[in-house]
Amino acid sequence: MKPVLALAAAAIAVAFLAAVPLYADAYQLSLAITLMNYTVLATAWSLFSGPTRYVSLATVAFFGIGAYTVAVLAERMAWPYILLIALAVGLAVALVVGLSTLRLSGVYFVIFTFGLAELIRQIVTWYEVNVTRTLGRYVFVDIDAADIYWQLLGLAVLAFAAGVLIRRSRLGLALRVIGDDETVARHIGINTTFAKVALFALSASFMTLCGAVMAPRWTYIDPAIAFNPVVSFQVLIMALLGGVHRLYGPLFGVVPLVLLFEFLLARFPNHFSILVGLAFMLIVYAIPQGIVGFAERIARGKRGAA
Amino acid sequence: MSTPLLEISGLTRRFGGLIAVDNVSLALMPGEIMGLLGPNGSGKSTVLNLISGALRPDVGSIRLDGHEIGNSAPHRIARLGVARTFQLVRILPSLNCRENVLAGIAFGRDALWGHAAEQRAETLLARVGLAGRAATATGELTYIDQKRLELARALALDPQLLLLDEWLAGLNPSELQQGIALVRSLRGEGMTILLVEHVMDAIRSLCDRCIVMNAGRKIAEGAPDAVLSEAEVIRAYLGDDDA
Repeated sequence: MKPVLALAAAAIAVAFLAAVPLYADAYQLSLAITLMNYTVLATAWSLFSGPTRYVSLATVAFFGIGAYTVAVLAERMAWPYILLIALAVGLAVALVVGLSTLRLSGVYFVIFTFGLAELIRQIVTWYEVNVTRTLGRYVFVDIDAADIYWQLLGLAVLAFAAGVLIRRSRLGLALRVIGDDETVARHIGINTTFAKVALFALSASFMTLCGAVMAPRWTYIDPAIAFNPVVSFQVLIMALLGGVHRLYGPLFGVVPLVLLFEFLLARFPNHFSILVGLAFMLIVYAIPQGIVGFAERIARGKRGAA
Repeated sequence: MSTPLLEISGLTRRFGGLIAVDNVSLALMPGEIMGLLGPNGSGKSTVLNLISGALRPDVGSIRLDGHEIGNSAPHRIARLGVARTFQLVRILPSLNCRENVLAGIAFGRDALWGHAAEQRAETLLARVGLAGRAATATGELTYIDQKRLELARALALDPQLLLLDEWLAGLNPSELQQGIALVRSLRGEGMTILLVEHVMDAIRSLCDRCIVMNAGRKIAEGAPDAVLSEAEVIRAYLGDDDA
């Protein structure tokens, strides 16, 4: 597709999505918010983990940092300042974590990121229990569902724009080289630490802002809600189902899985976890390339046969 | 007298109790092709790894154009104009041929990006005999073509010093002749080359000088024919009975 056409199509899609709160009922808007939330998280996840193949389970660490910053600062200052502070905290944590851990590779990195999310949850819990002496906070901000939806849409647009720009830049090529062979990357002049930390921090920034924007949805949060590790796994499986080698890939995982989870929760609330587990196994077994990769392979096969 | 492009002195590197490189010194003049020989495990690849920054020396200095690079990170050394190939060929499997070469062009010395970089990638692919293969997936390349691609990626850094780690190994006789011609043509462009090699035909026809290593030490240095007939070199390769 020509760039102008792609841009026009994207603009129409965004305009259409922006109009959703104007005609959706409360349930539909709530579903749209969930879809948009996971779109931001899965796209942000694949910005870093897609090309570099560093599988991160720290999604909820940053999401929770964003949500908690809002819970602490709500009513104390104007909303944009709260978002900026949340972004600064998330970015600072991402830089420290990135610089200290990105020399880990493979399964060690996966375990570390999982441990990081749990560690931050424990620290917040400890602080709330021992210092503030109240585990759990109410989030009172004057923001309604439509505002949340529009802000998430804005984040999604920014995440896609960042993805497009990075893919066209040297940095994007550097990340793909790192994903293929980090030793070669270093020996052709790529500053691998810089590239990895920059993308990890960018990805974490989107996750943090997403958590901050989502916080008013709950009204009440505690560490178990804000730092729920299931979110990290869901984002991972959505991105993998969609396919991470295309920017729009995760979208094809987010939509079916959010709808599936919604359906399972409504119909089989007592068996939700086991059914989700089954869905994960089926996805990894049946379409390891993701939906986009699967579709592209079929398209190539047809062309090849013709 | 010109100054050496690469000057190594007293280079030592240990792995635990094993001394892989033991007090090695050498100097490479600009435009020279030097062979680094020796039995398996004699420390040749370790020397290349030390020069390219994959490993740090325990003792000794490595100077490129007068600047110490012994403790520099690999990407900095690459940007100073030291390019390498790997003992086991390493191409980037998910990138096509053009992208493999672009990766070298985009981050090396005099890095380029955009249209100019793509044109240079085509030129480099043609240079190593892969003209018209830019969009080919690396999985479809034969072994020698993978080696050509790896060389193109190294040349993409616009190196002053090229380190070839058994780049000619595993080629059949006609491919070997093509490979030797290709390396020789690089010298015509003024490139300085240090090559680790076991293929004696290649060493005799390419190298101005050779260094022979055994058990981490330099045991001989000089013109290929002279070096290869030295008693200590023969002993290192074949044992005492044949010396």
